[in-house]
Amino acid sequence: MNTLELTLVIALGSFLAGMLGSLTGLGGGVVIVPLLTLVFGVDIRYAIGASLVSVIATSSGAAAAYLREGYSNMRVGMFLEIATTVGAVSGAFLARYLHTSIIAIVFGLVLLYSAYTTTQTLADPPAGMAPDRIATLLRLDGTYPTDDRLKSYHVRNVPIGFGLMYVAGVLSGLLGIGSGAVKVLAMDQAMKIPFKVSTTTSNFMIGVTAAASAGIYLRRGYIDPGLAMPVMLGVLAGALVGAKILPGAKVRTLRIVFGVVIAALAIEMIFQGVRGKL
Amino acid sequence: MMAAGGGAGMRGKVDDKSVELFLGKLLRWGVLLAALVVFVGGVWFVAESSDVPQNYRAFRGEPADLRVVPQIVDQAIALRPLGLIQLGLLLLIATPVARVLFSVLGFALERDWMYVVITLLVLALLVYTLTSRSGV
Repeated sequence: MNTLELTLVIALGSFLAGMLGSLTGLGGGVVIVPLLTLVFGVDIRYAIGASLVSVIATSSGAAAAYLREGYSNMRVGMFLEIATTVGAVSGAFLARYLHTSIIAIVFGLVLLYSAYTTTQTLADPPAGMAPDRIATLLRLDGTYPTDDRLKSYHVRNVPIGFGLMYVAGVLSGLLGIGSGAVKVLAMDQAMKIPFKVSTTTSNFMIGVTAAASAGIYLRRGYIDPGLAMPVMLGVLAGALVGAKILPGAKVRTLRIVFGVVIAALAIEMIFQGVRGKL
Repeated sequence: MMAAGGGAGMRGKVDDKSVELFLGKLLRWGVLLAALVVFVGGVWFVAESSDVPQNYRAFRGEPADLRVVPQIVDQAIALRPLGLIQLGLLLLIATPVARVLFSVLGFALERDWMYVVITLLVLALLVYTLTSRSGV
């Protein structure tokens, strides 16, 4: 293919990934790397660089809508950001020394986990829990608006959440994804933060974490402008269109379809990684 | 600006909601500006090299003038298409960094020094990744 054809098909594929990612709430970043490596044969390092850029675009692009709702907890976000940015630096460091086949296999496993999360429905933690000592010390507890009043919540298990966030950061820096699934695991499951608060806070954190990794990838020469250009523009446009048509979409069916696609890509990534083809 | 963070007593001086709305707009305009710069550079790049066979199969790594911040700016000012794209991507990477920077100010206005320190730590890490000589 020549430059024009390749740019157009990559932009189209990225548009679809961005739209599906926005409609299902899973983010487009998670399928960009398999799309580029498996379908277009792009080197996995270039693919990760381009993916990171698209992750920042969707995170910052969606922030305006999230901030208006007033759910995000900036103290929780900023405190955990220490873990994710340090993790991102560690992940980017690891990426330099791990063989690309191993990165592909790890990627496939994380994809499988993401596919599994599409089958889960998240419930808010029970109300009326006692305050946690560390959370109180760090002033992490907060409130969020409901229909009639401000509802307060207590944050739990801060060390476990912090540790999981470090893992999310490592995966982000190593694989070029937002690690939204692991972030939700840390905030919803471990720290017992209400669903609305954790998703909006996680959106902000994804952008900051990806920026830490992207800085390193850029300095290292892994971000190719010719490739990152159609990926970033495609994913961003897809995410915007997805957000527009979201109210009328059959999200449940889409989540299942997207989950199956992700699982198939995961198995192919692992297979190709084991064969040493990526 | 810390919508769900502090108790009612910690706010007062700063109108949380208006700062958050301002930040949201700032981020959106930042992304749109970045996308515009990337788009202009992209159209130019494709127009100049549309017939060249292209794939990204072999990893070579980018040359220094497309991976070091001052040199990217030089390339963009010289109106090289790839330099323009890279400048747009830099603007994009800067949007979350700007949000962290504004959070430092927000926490300072609330006189929450513990979180000023925590946020500065995150900011320092971000600046380090973009400027470190070795690329870590």
